[in-house]
Amino acid sequence: MAILEVKDLNFSYEEEGKTIDNVSFSVEEGSYTTIVGHNGSGKSTIAKLIMGLLESASGTITIDGIALNNENLAKIRSRIGIVFQNPDNQFIGATVRDDIAFGLENHCVEPSMMDEIIDTNAALVKMSDFMDQEPTHLSGGQKQRVAIAGVLAMKPKLLIFDEATSMLDPDGKDEIKKVIMKLHKESSLTILSITHDIDEVASSDYVVALDQGKVVLTGTPQEVFQQEKKLKEMKLDIPFSLKIADELKKRGVTVDRCITMEGMVNELCRLRSKM
Amino acid sequence: MPIAFENVSHTYSAGTPYEYQALRNINLEITEGKMTAIIGQTGSGKSTLVQHLNALLLPDAGIVHILDRDIKAGEKAKKLKALRGEVGLVFQFPEYQLFEETIIKDVAFGPKNFGCNEEEATKRAKEALKLAGMDESYFEKSPLELSGGQKRRVAIAGILAMDPKVLVLDEPTAGLDPAGTASMMALFSKLNKEMHKTVLMVTHDMENVYTYCDDVVVLEKGQVKLHGTAREFFSDPKKCRELNILPPYIVRMKEMLNEKGFDIPESVVNMKELADYIAKEVK
Repeated sequence: MAILEVKDLNFSYEEEGKTIDNVSFSVEEGSYTTIVGHNGSGKSTIAKLIMGLLESASGTITIDGIALNNENLAKIRSRIGIVFQNPDNQFIGATVRDDIAFGLENHCVEPSMMDEIIDTNAALVKMSDFMDQEPTHLSGGQKQRVAIAGVLAMKPKLLIFDEATSMLDPDGKDEIKKVIMKLHKESSLTILSITHDIDEVASSDYVVALDQGKVVLTGTPQEVFQQEKKLKEMKLDIPFSLKIADELKKRGVTVDRCITMEGMVNELCRLRSKM
Repeated sequence: MPIAFENVSHTYSAGTPYEYQALRNINLEITEGKMTAIIGQTGSGKSTLVQHLNALLLPDAGIVHILDRDIKAGEKAKKLKALRGEVGLVFQFPEYQLFEETIIKDVAFGPKNFGCNEEEATKRAKEALKLAGMDESYFEKSPLELSGGQKRRVAIAGILAMDPKVLVLDEPTAGLDPAGTASMMALFSKLNKEMHKTVLMVTHDMENVYTYCDDVVVLEKGQVKLHGTAREFFSDPKKCRELNILPPYIVRMKEMLNEKGFDIPESVVNMKELADYIAKEVK
């Protein structure tokens, strides 16, 4: 079942030119879907349309069976959590603990239950040791982890990441990606991640590739990354293993287009042993 | 000794419950004219370190030598304005600092503050914008009309307009798409190699460090763990991992292939050389 269904969506910031041009795609419940495309392709605009932060010119967005419109906005938003790129724009509390508590307080969660929810979610993003720190003394990555904990505390059905890991260090990215994977595997949480991280794309279930406001490619990462020509036209980054495959092709060596480095290393070993 | 840290420590909110020591006894000498990457995990003190370079932060202990000045702990720092003209610091997400009506005015703001007249400031702004890769057709537009990548170019042009000797960049490519990242790095490389500016760059992107930087400084928990050439540092992937740095793709690929019986020479350092080598091995 699709938890998110986007159909014939159109949107423009100005009178001329379409930012979102007749976009349709769906996200299956429990899936981990990534949206890719270079800057200005309309990725973030789609996230804002889904959240009801922008109003589409035409088309429909259905979340958990509920059509997005002004009447249903509160219902829709209670089902979605979003983590934005810049943590400084979403840190509200005086301390880490207060920040995670903010959403819970707004939703009138019993104070007696709050501590447990806060502690559990802080532990998930490895911020338990920083509960009483002020945000100004946290680095960008730490703040972002707090933002994720705050959103997780609201128990959304659909969790959207809008380039949320782009400010984290490689270890931080890995930790967050592991958290995402864990949530995705162990709960019914659906993940929709807008990202430039090509390794994250390779590890997701389903990819939606955007270019100039249009959906250009959809499919599993393995399927999408086989579309050499289209990927080049879109100037989309590709996994390192495919860059090697492309270079080898120029040298007259044809290899299986594995999207992971492990796969490519095995493929190269296989070719070598056949010598 | 153009840029050096001597026993430098820095503690945030000293004497309060929020006290946090970000730098611990840093000793470091940056080579002039090089492109140096400051790397390390989130919270390791990278941003705190570079903010000492134009005295936005002052040391609690030790001395920061920067160009011909000494900034000593406990002493009132002098002539900071001139220093800030010579050491250009570009913060994380500098595009949030754009504020003027037009792009040209925004970039001219810095030189004007440093005593240039209108004409000179505009001239410098135009040069800086061109250098940063902004076409003249944009100059009279509002900064708000630009894309994220373009805004960042304008913000960087604002620093370049002051013609600093030292350029300090705090995560300059964070949040840019791959194409934007590549052109931004090409700009910094040009500033370093052709215009001979000393470039210091805080970054998490090891691909960029590997491809563009001469030297690497690794910070961990507010201390310098390693300072050396990028080439040498990345030739030892085990050492990288010990310092919690994930080596770049090509280094990891070489490592994995070697573990499985390939014997790739150390002289293979880029993708083309690796492809040449593999092609020879499997063809």
